Amino acid sequence: MAYSDKVIDHYSNPKNVGTLDKSSKNVGTGLVGAPECGDVMRLQIQVDEATGMITDAKFKTFGCGSAIASSSLATEWLKGKSIDEALKIDNMAIVEELSLPPVKIHCSVLAEDAIKGAINDYRIKNGMEAIKFEESVVH
Amino acid sequence: MLNLPIYLDNNATTQMDKRVFEAMTPYFLDHFGNAASRNHPFGWQAEEAVDYARGQVAKLIGADPKEIIFTSGATEADNLAIKGVYEMYSSKGNHIITATTEHKAVLDTCKHIEKIGGEVTYLQVDKEGLIDLKELEAAIKPTTILIAIMYANNEIGTIQPVKEISAIARKNGVLFFTDATQAVGKIPVDVNKDGIDLMAFTAHKMYGPKGVGALYVRRKNPRVKVTAQMDGGGHERGMRSGTLNVPGIVGFGKACELCMQEMEADTQHISKMRDHLETELLKLEEAYVNGSREHRLPHVANISFKHVEGEGLLMGFNKNIALSSGSACTSASLEPSYVLKALGLGDDLAHSSLRFGLGRFTNDEQIEYTIKAISETVLKLREMSPLWEMYKEGIDLNTIEWAAH
Repeated sequence: MAYSDKVIDHYSNPKNVGTLDKSSKNVGTGLVGAPECGDVMRLQIQVDEATGMITDAKFKTFGCGSAIASSSLATEWLKGKSIDEALKIDNMAIVEELSLPPVKIHCSVLAEDAIKGAINDYRIKNGMEAIKFEESVVH
Repeated sequence: MLNLPIYLDNNATTQMDKRVFEAMTPYFLDHFGNAASRNHPFGWQAEEAVDYARGQVAKLIGADPKEIIFTSGATEADNLAIKGVYEMYSSKGNHIITATTEHKAVLDTCKHIEKIGGEVTYLQVDKEGLIDLKELEAAIKPTTILIAIMYANNEIGTIQPVKEISAIARKNGVLFFTDATQAVGKIPVDVNKDGIDLMAFTAHKMYGPKGVGALYVRRKNPRVKVTAQMDGGGHERGMRSGTLNVPGIVGFGKACELCMQEMEADTQHISKMRDHLETELLKLEEAYVNGSREHRLPHVANISFKHVEGEGLLMGFNKNIALSSGSACTSASLEPSYVLKALGLGDDLAHSSLRFGLGRFTNDEQIEYTIKAISETVLKLREMSPLWEMYKEGIDLNTIEWAAH
């Protein structure tokens, strides 16, 4: 199976690899997947409390090239967005941008779940209720 | 000299030796006869070529040429052996013993046998991939007709105690079949010394062409017969009908002859490179060899690099190095390698494995390049791995409740 140029580019030059201080109140962390499944994604956002804007995003991913590329792309898209805008990021947009084949769609789902997880973690830390999401369809 | 890309997937298939190709070429255009044509020179020539090749193949495994049944490959030979014995010996019983780490060609054939009313026992293996001889003996019943245990495993290279297995089979009056696809041509295999009754092997794993293999069927002590699985002209002593693939068989014979002549030198050269590759890669933290290091094919190494996913790892260098991974992501199924899981490896380690298969054409420069490329990629991906970070922080990954997915 050949990878798209964009997947190869994100894999070779991943954007925003790293770790934010997960104990900090303005950092939200989403950890999704499982080692047994061959994919674990950790995505973190740092939110400006005054404006509600995402000022920084970092990831670390254990997984295939498509999983790494999906999370790298997600962090790029998150930066500079408001929480509400971030919630609108759809896995199919990731699929399209990276030209993921059907067997790799779950990588994009994982990235979307990680975004939602990070937002909810931030919300809970700041006294807001967690948003209930529908279960992901493709797993 | 460093030739890229580097081929280290010799358990999947091997590059054909030029000398094999040269031996085959006259049999495509000039000597095109049907080996079964008894009444003209075209047929005689083809038959003579097949007879000569049959002798070369038999010699490599210490068999009589009459005991060689040519097939389309090892999968067909596996099918013919298991289904053929099951049908031929149905009056004696319907029970077959095999192991969980067999190739799919054996496992799926056994599943078929179960579907048509047979009974199959699947022996577990230990963490090195070896079956337990006591368990094998205990599994034998009055209805057991066949023990089907591979000579050496395709993913980890573990060599089973074939002589001991055959002794148990003999003692209990049960036939012993072995899929020796990965072993023949690489290590000394002798059907008499090893006590083998039926054996499958194929040309393309030993620098021969694809599309041709053989089933060895013992003719003496005991005389073994299998029921043909294809009806037709009654070729190959009635056990495998179909016009013989003359150029393929000629190539197979030549490949066997070369393996016989060069096995010692090949093994020495290849195992030295394999050991060096393994030693260097094991210098990385949390790197583990899968399978037995003692009872192992000289050209195989299967290594897990913990907290790095196999396909992600391959992507770091697969433009330049051809390798396989036990990770599910590299195959059509979503499950990681069933062989690695049978060793008791967790799914996480199975997902983190690479299989190295060296060969006759591998050279030192390629191994040096591979060591460097893999080491660098492992380090790079660990910097990117949340599991590595947790491991370094001393977090026990088993205590985390992973989101089911």
